[in-house]
Amino acid sequence: MMRLPPFTYVAARTLAEAAAALAEHGADAMLVAGGTDLYPNMKRRQFEPKVLVGLRGIRELAGVRGSAREGLTLGAGTTLAAVAAHREIVTHYPALATAAGLVSSPQLRNMGTLGGNVCVDTRCNYYNQSFEWRRAIGFCMKKDGDVCLVAPGSPRCWAVSSSDTAPALVSLGAAVRLVGGGGERTVPLAALYHDDGIEYLAKRRDEIVTDILLPPVDGWRSAYLKLRRRGSFDFPVLGVAVAARLEGAVVRDARIVLGAVASRPRLAEKAAAALVGRRLTPELIAAVAELAAGPSKPLDNTDFTHPYRKKVTRVFVARALRALGGLGDAGRAVEAIA
Amino acid sequence: MKARIALSVNDQPHELLVPVHKTLLEVLREDLGLTGTKHGCELGECGTCTVLVDGEPVLSCLALPVELEGRRITTVEGLAEGGRLHPLQQAFAELGAAQCGYCTPGVLLTAQALLAAEALPPRDRIREALAGNLCRCTGYTKILDAVELAALRLSRGARAGAGR
Amino acid sequence: MTGETRYADDLVLPRMAHAKLLRSSHAHARIRGIDTTRARALPGVLAVITGADLPRVRFGILPVSQDEEALCTEKVRMVGDAVAAVAAVDEETAEQACRLIDVAWEPLPALMSIEESLAHPEVRIHEYGDGPNVHKSVALQFGDVEAAFARADLVREDTFYYEGSTHLPLEQHAAVAHWGPDGKLTLWSSTQTPHYVHRLLAKILDVPAAHVRVVAAPVGGGFGGKLDPFAHEIAACHLSRLTGRPVKIALTREEVFYVHRGRHPVLMWLKTGFTRQGDITGCHIKTWLDGGAYGSYGVASTFYTGVINPVSYKMPVYKFEGARIFTNKPPCGPKRGHGTPQPRFALEVQLDRAAEQLGLDPAAMRRRIVTEPFTKTANHLTVTTTGLAECIDRVVEASGWRTKWRGWRAGEAPSEKKRGVGLACSAYMTGAGTAIYWNAMPHSGVVLRADRSGAVALLCGATDIGQGSDSILASFAAEVLGIALKDVHVHPADTTLTPVDLGSYSSRVTLMCGMATIQAAERLRGAIFEAVAKKLEVAPGALVARGGRVGVPEDWDTAVPFAQAVELGEAMHGVLAFPGSYAPPRRAGKYKGGGVGPSPCYSYTASVVDLSVDEETGEIELHDVWIAHDVGRALNPLLVEGQVEGSVYMGIGEALMEEQVFRKGLHKTPSMLDYKSPTTLETPDIHTILVETDDPEGPFGAKEAGQGPLLPIMPAIANAVYHAVGVRIDEVPITPDKILRALEARRRGKPARVGPEKLPLFAFKEPVVVESAFGQPADAVVVRPFQAERLA
Repeated sequence: MMRLPPFTYVAARTLAEAAAALAEHGADAMLVAGGTDLYPNMKRRQFEPKVLVGLRGIRELAGVRGSAREGLTLGAGTTLAAVAAHREIVTHYPALATAAGLVSSPQLRNMGTLGGNVCVDTRCNYYNQSFEWRRAIGFCMKKDGDVCLVAPGSPRCWAVSSSDTAPALVSLGAAVRLVGGGGERTVPLAALYHDDGIEYLAKRRDEIVTDILLPPVDGWRSAYLKLRRRGSFDFPVLGVAVAARLEGAVVRDARIVLGAVASRPRLAEKAAAALVGRRLTPELIAAVAELAAGPSKPLDNTDFTHPYRKKVTRVFVARALRALGGLGDAGRAVEAIA
Repeated sequence: MKARIALSVNDQPHELLVPVHKTLLEVLREDLGLTGTKHGCELGECGTCTVLVDGEPVLSCLALPVELEGRRITTVEGLAEGGRLHPLQQAFAELGAAQCGYCTPGVLLTAQALLAAEALPPRDRIREALAGNLCRCTGYTKILDAVELAALRLSRGARAGAGR
Repeated sequence: MTGETRYADDLVLPRMAHAKLLRSSHAHARIRGIDTTRARALPGVLAVITGADLPRVRFGILPVSQDEEALCTEKVRMVGDAVAAVAAVDEETAEQACRLIDVAWEPLPALMSIEESLAHPEVRIHEYGDGPNVHKSVALQFGDVEAAFARADLVREDTFYYEGSTHLPLEQHAAVAHWGPDGKLTLWSSTQTPHYVHRLLAKILDVPAAHVRVVAAPVGGGFGGKLDPFAHEIAACHLSRLTGRPVKIALTREEVFYVHRGRHPVLMWLKTGFTRQGDITGCHIKTWLDGGAYGSYGVASTFYTGVINPVSYKMPVYKFEGARIFTNKPPCGPKRGHGTPQPRFALEVQLDRAAEQLGLDPAAMRRRIVTEPFTKTANHLTVTTTGLAECIDRVVEASGWRTKWRGWRAGEAPSEKKRGVGLACSAYMTGAGTAIYWNAMPHSGVVLRADRSGAVALLCGATDIGQGSDSILASFAAEVLGIALKDVHVHPADTTLTPVDLGSYSSRVTLMCGMATIQAAERLRGAIFEAVAKKLEVAPGALVARGGRVGVPEDWDTAVPFAQAVELGEAMHGVLAFPGSYAPPRRAGKYKGGGVGPSPCYSYTASVVDLSVDEETGEIELHDVWIAHDVGRALNPLLVEGQVEGSVYMGIGEALMEEQVFRKGLHKTPSMLDYKSPTTLETPDIHTILVETDDPEGPFGAKEAGQGPLLPIMPAIANAVYHAVGVRIDEVPITPDKILRALEARRRGKPARVGPEKLPLFAFKEPVVVESAFGQPADAVVVRPFQAERLA
C-alpha cells in the first residue's frame, strides 16, 4: 500500500488557531482541508510536512451566504458537492456549479473543498508520480531536481494549473479573501495566481484562503466546458470558462478564461474585448473563438496531445458562446452548460 | 506519533491508539480487522475503498481517523442487518452483479447512499453516482440492473412497510 | 458481497512480517554492486536479500524461455525489475529500508521500441533467441499463397498497429508465504495458476516440490495478469525461510504496471485475396510483437497472432509470419484474448474495406463465408460447431443494422455529431489444447467425495477468478447427482489437496474441469447406484438421481434420500471418493508449431456497435453494443452474460483509451488515474444475445465465454467510426486526436487515414511449408466413456 509519511496533526477550531499553528511551525507546516489533493501528493512524497494544520473543524469556513442579487460569499471549506448542488449557484452562476460538479469523482466531491480546488497544486506528467518514478527520471525542477523535463532548456517550471473552479470563478469576476498573520485582504481571484508551475499562488505561507466572493449576478450568464479523457476522475486538460452580460443579442461585457493550458488560469483578453458592443452571431463567435485559441499554449505534460488541446480550445470557446447566446447546436458540451 | 481516537464504525464505538498518519482505510483493515474495505490504488483514483461517513460516500484511503471523531462510519460489514442481507446485496447476488467481488463493497456502499437520498433514481442517475467506482469485470450493466432492482424493492417495501 | 471473502492481502498470520521489493530505476543496466548494510541496520528490519541469496536459477513460465530471475543478479532489463527484497516488522519500515539499499549501476543503452531493438543488435537484451533481440520468429505456410492472390479479383494490403495495454485488476498482487519450522513451505497467493507456481517455486527455491504447498487465494481480477510466477512470491518465500516468520507482500498499483504480462503491442501487415462475391482466396499476415524484457508466455502469444484467424471464415490458403522482439519494458504476456485481438482487428477492418470495394454489405459478406462445422482449417485446426452465421443474423436483427447501415456513404447529417454503425466478428479457443510443459497427463483433475451428511466435496485445482467457475463446477456435480447446488462444497485450489488443474487461462476451466467433474460425478453416481440398486432390488440402470433422492422413476415413493444413498454406498464400497480427469483431444497439427492453436472447440462472436463522433473534437460516444456469442450451451446464462459483458467492457477500454506506453524509458502512466479505464459514463448498456450450438466437446455442450466477446469490439468501433465520419483509424486505441488528424488530412486532400506508415526491415525465417488442411473433415470427436449418457 502507498502510505502517508508521519506527521503531527493540529485540528484548528478557529482561524486564529490555524494562523497561530502556521506561525509556530513555519515551513514545517501545511494546511489541509479535504486532503484530496494533498494526501495523494504526500503519499508520493511531493510533500512531507511535519505538521498538518487541519481546517475542517473551523465553522467560519463552511457555508454559503448572501444571494445572487447581492453577491455570494462561499466559505472556502464548502465541499465541491455542496457548491455544485447549491440552488443559487446552479441558477445564477452556472459556470461555477458546472465546474465544481465536474471535479474528479462523486466521492471526492464529497470530501474536497472549494478553497482546496482553488489552491490545487499544479500538475505535470513528470511531477505527479511516485518517489521511485521521479528518482528514476532524475527528478524535476518542481521537486527535488533542476530541470523542467517538459521544456528542458526552460528557466521556469511549466506545471499546469489543474483547477476547474478557478477559471470559472475568474470568468465570474470572483474575489478571494485571505486571512494571515498580517491581517486580512481581499483581491480579485485572478490576482491569486502567478504564472509559474512552482510558485503558482501569490499568497504568503501564513495566509489562509477563507472565502470566495461572487459579485451580484447582474445579468451575467456563464458556462464552463471541461476537456478530459473520461467523464470522471480526470483532471482538466483544457478548461474553458466564458461569462458575458448581454442586452438582447448585444454583448455588454465578457470574460473568457482558459484553464489547464498554462500554470495559471489564462484570460483571453483580446478575444473577450472583441465581443464587447457586438451582436453575438455565428460569424463573431467563430472569430472570437479563433482569437481565444491564441493564448492557449499547452505543453506536452498532461493527458492528450498538446496540439489537440489547443485545437479544442477554439471549439469549446465557440460552443460556450453559442450556449450563452442561446444559439443552439452547442454539441455535446450542452450538458455541461446550464 | 500515536493519538487516541474514538471512532464509530457500523454503530460500534472503538477506542484506538494509532499513528495519526494512518488513513481510515489502513485503520479499518489493520487495526479493526475489518478487511471488507478493499484498496486498489490508495490515491483516490479508483473508488474501491469507498466507505460511508454520515451516509455520504467518501474514499477511506484519503480520510484521516483523527478528522472523523463523532462521525458515523459505515463499511460493507455494516450493510447487512443481523443475518439478513441488504436488498442491494440480495439484488447483486441474484443478478450476477459481482464477479471477482473486489469492487463490490465500494459499489454497494455508494449505491446505498444514492438510494437513501433518491428512492427510484433513473438509470443514468445511477451511472453518475457510480462514476467514481471502477470495475474491471462486469462492464457495469448488471451492476446498474441490480441497483435498479434493489431500488424497486426498497421503494415497495417502504410503501408496504409504512407504519410497520 | 458482505466483505467476508478473504483475498490475499486480507490474510493475517501470527508474527507476520511485511516485505517490499527494491526495483530498478534503470531501463537497462548492469548491476556493479549492491550494498545492503544501511538497510540491515534499520531497526525493525528482519532480513534483506538480493539475487546472490537465491539459487542461481533462471525460470520462466514456458520451458523454452526461462529467462527470469526473481531478483536480478547481473543486470536489469526494465524499470521495475526487482533487485532486492526486505522483510520488516511493518510495511513502512520495509519501504524505508529499500531506500537505504545502495546499488551501483552501469547504465546500458535502453531499447524502447521494436525499431530501436532491431536497429541495435549490438545491445543484446538477452543472450538467447532467434536473433539479436529477436525472442522468437515463426513462419508457417499452408498452401500456395501467391497462387491464391493470383486467383483473386481483389487483393488488399493493409497495415495496422495495436497498442499494448494492461489488465488493471482492481486487486493488486499479494501473497503470504510461510516457511514452517517443519521445513515445509506454504504460499497463499492471488494467482490464476497455483500448479505452475508450485512447480516453479520448487525449482527456483531448490526445495522438494513435495514440501511446497500453494493455495490460491480468491483473485480480485486476473485477466491473465496473475498467470506467471512472480518475483514477489519468490522473495516472500525466501524471506520467510530466513526469518522463520510468515511474510506478506503486497504490490502497489505502480508495481502492478511493472509486473504487467499484458497485451503485446503488435504491428501488422495483412494481405488478403478476395473474389468478386467476397470469398477469401488466401491470406498472408506478418506480425511484429513488442515483447518487453522477458519471455513470459510470449512464444505462445506470437503464435496466437497468427493461428486463430482462419477459424472464423473460409480461408483455403494461409501464410503467417510472426516475430517477438525484446525491448527494455515490462514483459508482455497473456491478457484476455491472448494475442488474438490484434490480428482480429486487422482482419475485420480489412474485410470492411474489401466489402466497400466490392460493394457488399459487411454483415452479408461475412455471413456468406463462415467456416463449415466439423471441418479443418488451412492450419489444421478443427472447427467443431460454429454458430457464427446465427450470431451475425441475431446481432444484425437486434441492432437494426439494415436501417442503420444503408450502404457505404458516411453519415450525412448536418450536425457536428455523426452517427454510425460497425460490425465485426471473431473466434476464440475453449482451452488451449496443449499444456505449457509437455506431458502426457491430464490438464484437469477433480475429486468428488460424498459425505454421509449428503454433502459432496468438490476438490478441483481451478481458480475462480470471478468467472464463476466454482459455481459452474458445483452445478455440474449437482446436476449429475441430482442434489441441490448448496449441498456441493467447492474447495479452493490448494496443491496438497486438490488435483492438478493447469490454471484459469485460455478459457479452459468450464470445459476442462467441467468434463473432469462430470466424469467424477458419474463414477460416484455409479457406485451409489450399485448400492441403492441392491437395497431396492432393481437393476442399477433403472435408477435416476434427482431432487435429492435416488430411486426408480415409476416407483418414486421408494426412492432413497441422497444422504442415505451415500451411507449405502459407503457400506458397500468404503470411502466414496472418485476422481475425474480431462485431457483435450490431441489435435496438434503435425508440424513444428502445430501445438499452439488447437482447442477442443471454438466460440464465435458477432458484434454491432452504434456510436456518434463529434467532428469538432473527435470524441466518440458509444450508444449501444449488441453482441451475439456462440457459447455452445449457456449452462448458467447469468454467468455467461457477465463474462460477455465484461469482455465487451475490456474491449471498449482498449478500443478507446487504454495504452501501456513509455517515455524517456519510463512507464508514462503507472497509476489508475493516468492509465485510462472506462467508468460507468463511458460504458453503454451492453445487449447480450447467447447463441447455442451444443458442442459435443464441451461439458453439456458448453464452449467458452470469457475472452471471445472482447475481440470484435475494437474493429466494430473502427468500422463504425468509418461509417460515421469516413475516416479510417488503423490503430488501437481510436482516440479523438487521431480522428481529428484524419479529418484534417481529408480536408487537405490526403488519405483520410491514421495508421502505421512503415514496417520494420526484417527477414523472417523460411516458412515451414505444410499442405493446407482446409475443408478436410474434422477428426471424429473423442467419445468419452461417460458421454454416452448425456443429460438433457
